[in-house]
Amino acid sequence: MSKNKRIFISCESANHSCDKTQYNEASFWEKVKLTMHLIYCKACRKYTKNNGKLTHLINTSDVKCLDISEKDNLKEEFQQELLKNQ
Amino acid sequence: MPDHKINPDNWINQYSDYLFNYTITRVKDRETAQDLVQDTFFAGLKSMKNFKGEASERTWLVSILKRKIIDHYRKINSKKGQAEVRMSFSNDPENEGDWLEQRVADPYDKTAEDTLENTELGSAIHNCLDKLPEKQAQVFKMKTILGYDTEAICNELNITASNLWVIIHRARTALAGCLEKNWY
Repeated sequence: MSKNKRIFISCESANHSCDKTQYNEASFWEKVKLTMHLIYCKACRKYTKNNGKLTHLINTSDVKCLDISEKDNLKEEFQQELLKNQ
Repeated sequence: MPDHKINPDNWINQYSDYLFNYTITRVKDRETAQDLVQDTFFAGLKSMKNFKGEASERTWLVSILKRKIIDHYRKINSKKGQAEVRMSFSNDPENEGDWLEQRVADPYDKTAEDTLENTELGSAIHNCLDKLPEKQAQVFKMKTILGYDTEAICNELNITASNLWVIIHRARTALAGCLEKNWY
């Protein structure tokens, strides 16, 4: 059997699929394999649960941060001001 | 007494996201928030001499930012007052002076507690993000908060996709641990 057709996956790849699921990037087959893995792996069940909670927290908090370009702008302006003050 | 040093070179990298998040929950407009954060950094730079080292740099900057936000509201309020148009929507003398909006149910009505909790949660998340290594925090912010594509982040930071997922995994584990105590 080729590697990506195996039904039983390692914890490492299960966590990888779980991370992907948080961003809706996991394929259907990856999700099936993750679910299979979660049936018998307690540690990964815990990780998946916490991971989901984290995503939920971040979504509900509506946390914001600066865009890359916005930050670069800020940096540039600040550098100029810094030079002026020295 | 712990003596805090001031070092403006790192301000943008270290505090801009925290201050921005702090502002945006209070002014609700990205551009205004950016301007206020920038003003804060400039003002901080100007009054660096007054920094006594009693509080951390961030606390000090936040205290400047608070003043800036208050000033902002003062300014727009006085402008509004000048341009106010008075209209009468009801001829009933009994209800005169009441707000028209009062009669409509607000579907987005949030209790003060909800909003407060959200604001606090936002700062809690930023506090935890600050504890991560810079690279992890950066990748996590881009991926989760700004919602960039995997590919875009890889191009921007020059890393491979599997590299990115490893970083994300570490960041998520650390964040979950950090937030676990208070918010789970």
